[in-house]
Amino acid sequence: MIELRHISKTFHKRDETVDAVRDIDMTIEQKEIVAVIGPSGCGKSTLLNMIAGLYPPSGGAVVYKGKRITDVNTDVGYMTQKDNLLPWRTVQDNIAFPLELAGIAKSERLARAAQAIKHVGLDGFERRFPHELSGGMRKRACLARMLLYGAETALLDEPFAALDAQLKLAMHDLLLRLAAEAGQTVMLVTHDLMEAVTLADRVFVCTRRPAMIALEQRIDLKRPRDVLNVRFTNDFKHLYDALWERLRVEYQEERV
Amino acid sequence: MTAPEADTAPADTAREAPAEPQREFGSGFMLICQLALGLVILLAWQGASGRLVDNFFISNPIEVAERLYQWVADGSLFLHIWATVYETMMGFIFGAVGGVVLGIWLGVAPFTNRLLSPYLNALNALPKVALAPLFVLWFGLGIASKIALAAVLVLFLVFLNTYAGVREVDQDLIDGARLMRATRAQLIAKVIVPSAMSWVFAGLKISVPYALIGAVLGEMIASNRGLGYLVQFSGSQFDSAGVFAVLIVIALLAVALNFLVEMVQHRMQLWRIVGR
Repeated sequence: MIELRHISKTFHKRDETVDAVRDIDMTIEQKEIVAVIGPSGCGKSTLLNMIAGLYPPSGGAVVYKGKRITDVNTDVGYMTQKDNLLPWRTVQDNIAFPLELAGIAKSERLARAAQAIKHVGLDGFERRFPHELSGGMRKRACLARMLLYGAETALLDEPFAALDAQLKLAMHDLLLRLAAEAGQTVMLVTHDLMEAVTLADRVFVCTRRPAMIALEQRIDLKRPRDVLNVRFTNDFKHLYDALWERLRVEYQEERV
Repeated sequence: MTAPEADTAPADTAREAPAEPQREFGSGFMLICQLALGLVILLAWQGASGRLVDNFFISNPIEVAERLYQWVADGSLFLHIWATVYETMMGFIFGAVGGVVLGIWLGVAPFTNRLLSPYLNALNALPKVALAPLFVLWFGLGIASKIALAAVLVLFLVFLNTYAGVREVDQDLIDGARLMRATRAQLIAKVIVPSAMSWVFAGLKISVPYALIGAVLGEMIASNRGLGYLVQFSGSQFDSAGVFAVLIVIALLAVALNFLVEMVQHRMQLWRIVGR
């Protein structure tokens, strides 16, 4: 469904050239959940930006459902690393924003927003403005907006990094349930290996910059997964260890 | 896309326009000191007049007060004040609307923007006061030509601020809305314009005194009504008391306008949120 055909990305900033992504080739199936994991700043976000069509790859092509992406890809919902809530809108108006753009009546969109707000545990904060919320709460508002919007593909860039451990588990559960319900394809970028193995059908380990695929690992834990307990199974442990073995190399090289 | 210098300089002054100095009227002692200073100045003025400096040049406070009383008594002062206030308000409204529309339009239309930018830069560099004779030709001696002058002064200030605000919109917000299938019109109405609002308001705020300047200048050049006319007329009659009397009225009017702007701004809590 999403094909990355040998894509690479080089940024030119003044005299500096930065290789962010080099020759990544992968295919993501419909309704699949894929996690990309790698050291911070390795170019994972660049990968998502290219799938979203925010800028083109320097080499190769992004093909979405058989069509080459050349402009903003409106079939994806994108939760960026930095929250992009509109600062002059309350939480509920922010979450209902995509519905407003689609021309859905006010009463309906507020009702649907209220439900999404409850899902992410932001009830009581509907009328607050983004600057009145903590970083984690803003992330949850972005998540609610993306889930409510119901794009067929969800791109998530370190969506749960700012959350505490308990909340993170609740959000994992929510994401898995709603993605399964809506039949969404999910691509998740993270540096939390536990999160990657818990959520994904496949995990890709990225090298340090420029990002290349160092390892691809299928996670054949059965679904629906119990996010609270799946991590204590032996299968999980084996997968985790195998991935960590490779990931550790990247982190060690980084330290040198 | 590029409006060199033009887009940053005035916008910065707008943003960093120093907050009005805290008035210390809260403390009674300061108030007494300020009143005392005013009294000393008036007394010195009265004392110097006719002794140190010819009364012909600087008049004296008593004569100025008499002149003011005379104008108030026959009601002519209010006619002039109203003319100036009306021109200021109308000029501000026309200029503000034009500036906002132009700023948004050029902010979101790169082709038109590049096309027009050399001409707009040239017009902006032109001292707007020099347009006054043209406005008199076009709009006559009545209030229309004064409104036009005030409007042109306001228009460029508001335009440059609005334009800067539109260019400053966070690209992440635009990308986000585009991914959510915002049409171009929705993008402008729901993301770009609200985001630029704090800049627009800053532009409106700094342009209020310029509307007054435009109105008074227009009246000084050619008219038979308004405070600018009155100061010009008094001067031509060698009536220094009259000139001082009008200056005091104009200063009071400017203070009142600033006060009004601050009250409006105070009410607009929303813009503060937008400004983050």
